[in-house]
Amino acid sequence: MTAALAARGLTKRYGATTALDGVDLQVEPGELVGLLGPNGAGKSTLVKIACGLVRPSDGEAQVAGAPAGSAAARAATGYLAELFRFPDWARADEVLALHQRLARSDGGAQERERLLGRVGLRGEGGRRMDQMSKGMQQRLGIAQALVGAPQLVLLDEPTSALDPAGRRTVRDLLVELRGQGIGVLLNSHLLSEIELVCDRVVIVDRGRVVAQGRPADLTAPGGVEVDTSDGVRRLADATREDVPRIVRELVAEGVDVYGVRVVTGTLEDAYLAAVVGRDQ
Amino acid sequence: MSDALTIAGHALREAARRRVLLVVAVLTVGFLGLYALAAIKVFDSLDREHLGGEIPIDDRALAGGTLLGLAMFTALFLGVVLAVFLTLGAVRGDAERGLLQPLVVRPVGRTTLLAGRFLAASAVCAAYVVVVFLAAAVITHAAGEFTAGSLAVPAAGLALGVVSIVALSLLGSTLLSTTANGIAVFMVFGTGLAAGLLGQIGDALNVDSLVTAGRAISWAVPFEALYQNGLDALTSDVSGIAGVIVQLGPFGGAEAAGAALWPMAIVWTAAALALAAWSFARRDL
Repeated sequence: MTAALAARGLTKRYGATTALDGVDLQVEPGELVGLLGPNGAGKSTLVKIACGLVRPSDGEAQVAGAPAGSAAARAATGYLAELFRFPDWARADEVLALHQRLARSDGGAQERERLLGRVGLRGEGGRRMDQMSKGMQQRLGIAQALVGAPQLVLLDEPTSALDPAGRRTVRDLLVELRGQGIGVLLNSHLLSEIELVCDRVVIVDRGRVVAQGRPADLTAPGGVEVDTSDGVRRLADATREDVPRIVRELVAEGVDVYGVRVVTGTLEDAYLAAVVGRDQ
Repeated sequence: MSDALTIAGHALREAARRRVLLVVAVLTVGFLGLYALAAIKVFDSLDREHLGGEIPIDDRALAGGTLLGLAMFTALFLGVVLAVFLTLGAVRGDAERGLLQPLVVRPVGRTTLLAGRFLAASAVCAAYVVVVFLAAAVITHAAGEFTAGSLAVPAAGLALGVVSIVALSLLGSTLLSTTANGIAVFMVFGTGLAAGLLGQIGDALNVDSLVTAGRAISWAVPFEALYQNGLDALTSDVSGIAGVIVQLGPFGGAEAAGAALWPMAIVWTAAALALAAWSFARRDL
């Protein structure tokens, strides 16, 4: 099966600055990949190369089998930029209609209504951009990225302006896209969100991939916590398999056990270990 | 082509919704009203008192030629203002505001996007200068029965002149920020005007080098050569002393440019557009 996005040896230099340094990345159809990294790590540059806004200095990227930036690749891509604006004089419905024409979508009013409903803007098609909150515009931006039939959706900080309900809507939408076989590359600083929804995480730092894998694989075990009559005991090296033995031993010692929790590391820990750990 | 028309339609809707077209229409009606008032007063004055005393001069032709030449210059100036403001931020400006990226990632392509912006601005500006100029010609005729030697040549020259400015401004928008591009294009326009005046002064003082320099610059920025050629066609029927005076023109002298002007101006415009497309294609957004 052709990958939704396949990048090999992707390098981007701006003068003496290397924004990307030989990045390999693959997003399969129906896969949600989270892109993490500190500011200036090269995440947005990577996304922009994938959608043809930036030309790589070296390496190559393909979208649904077509060279990134080509008309075929752009036809297969939906993109929401981190910093974007729609004309303030335009109505939501007009914005979507324009993108339908440019994306050669024949979905018509039905598609527009469906997309607006999917991002929580049902009935707001007649609203002008200058009457929309930033969060509403971001929802519309996501709807715009889904116009036509994209095989790859690139979302650069799609929930930065959304309230918790809006974030939930977007998470549900991402899961729905996965179910439709659409590959999604999600660039976000919200680690909890990526941990919740992504199949795989790629951590980029200083233009290089420093860690990648399933969120569960990236998070290290954090030991076992036991709530006892003497207080909470932390056994840092213990694992889930050690729990019955620990409880037996404590009970044998005459200690009352009220609860046991197997601690796992968070994605934040993994991220900090991968990024901050490199500085130390 | 349909993609370019979609982009052009979007740009025209923007101009209409932002009330650019309404403001331009209202102010233009104001200008034409003032022009009509001035024309009526001038010809009324000539009816009462002959200009030049004992000197044999066709004062109505002199007044009509001068007034319509002024209207032609005004149409060009207003058309250039419109052309610049419709296009000065088309690429870098819109990219900096985040308006361009969502459109560029669509399959239409950058050249088509640029072509759409060119079509929209050119249609508005060319139609505008032709309508303003022809309206002024009708007013001048109604007020003083002055008939221009030609209306088609000046009108076509004005239209091609502002279209060349649209292409230049689009090229600038791929290289410069919005403000810098606006300043640059207006300075190029000003340089063209200055070249016309230089040539006029050189001609009056019989300084060949000044005439050559003025002519070279006028051709390097063809809107000026088109303007001079149009002014020449406009006043071609005015003879005698009046003819000499009106040939000097209100802002740069009239000068027939010959048949090579038109293909040269078209090639110049096409080259500016091609450069703009090349520059846009290479720009990281």
